[in-house]
Amino acid sequence: MADVNRGNRPLSPHLQVYKLPLAAVTSILTRITGHALVAGILLIVWWLVGAVSGPRAFAAADWVVRSWLGFLILTGSAWALWYHALAGIRHLFYDAGIGLGIEESRKSSMAIIVGSVVLTLISLILFFIL
Amino acid sequence: MRYITPRKAAAGLGAAHSGTQHHWAMTVSACALILLTPAFLMVIGTAIGLPRDALVGYFGRPYPGLVTALFVIVGMIHFIKGTRIMIEDYLQGTARKGAIIISIIFGWGVIAAAVFALAKMAFINIAI
Repeated sequence: MADVNRGNRPLSPHLQVYKLPLAAVTSILTRITGHALVAGILLIVWWLVGAVSGPRAFAAADWVVRSWLGFLILTGSAWALWYHALAGIRHLFYDAGIGLGIEESRKSSMAIIVGSVVLTLISLILFFIL
Repeated sequence: MRYITPRKAAAGLGAAHSGTQHHWAMTVSACALILLTPAFLMVIGTAIGLPRDALVGYFGRPYPGLVTALFVIVGMIHFIKGTRIMIEDYLQGTARKGAIIISIIFGWGVIAAAVFALAKMAFINIAI
């Protein structure tokens, strides 16, 4: 082991100092948004069960859904859902071997970020005007 | 003499015990969820703010009820299989097995709660 060349070898990325490419950040965010969505679905299911449980159970769940906290959770969930959906569509293309290049994956990352924000804003606008 | 091919004798004996079923299940549920996502958001957006009797009536109708049931069922199965990958990345041994079991029980618990609520709303609608 003593005479192993430790000089000119490629180093594995050291996470604290390694600047993650955008495609890596958007890929990690896919997992985070997917798991965070459990908060939104739990709130919705609690609300549905409350509606068939009784007036007091529904009043409690409905109050949370319509409060600023509920608005925050559900708007965040809508963004996470759109983000996860767009990133998931990209993953289907990745699986088919499409879009795996550095420049292509950087562009698709930008499309996912911008697209998820735009779709969330459209969802909010439709929610408030309809 | 055993009438069995060498391939059949070896199938399922690898370290993973199975092939690409998990990946295929994620692909299929992902495609289903792409279709369900806009429909589910519109249903929930319509339902938020309704008083209790109107809400029960709304989800008791076929379209909102079916979209919501399908989204929660397919979504939570997708969730169970997705968390499993994360658990396998970060945990080993007994902790891994325990976390996978908890995730599956939790996922089916959410499915059962949603299906119960939606079924009850549908039956209330029939009664009306």
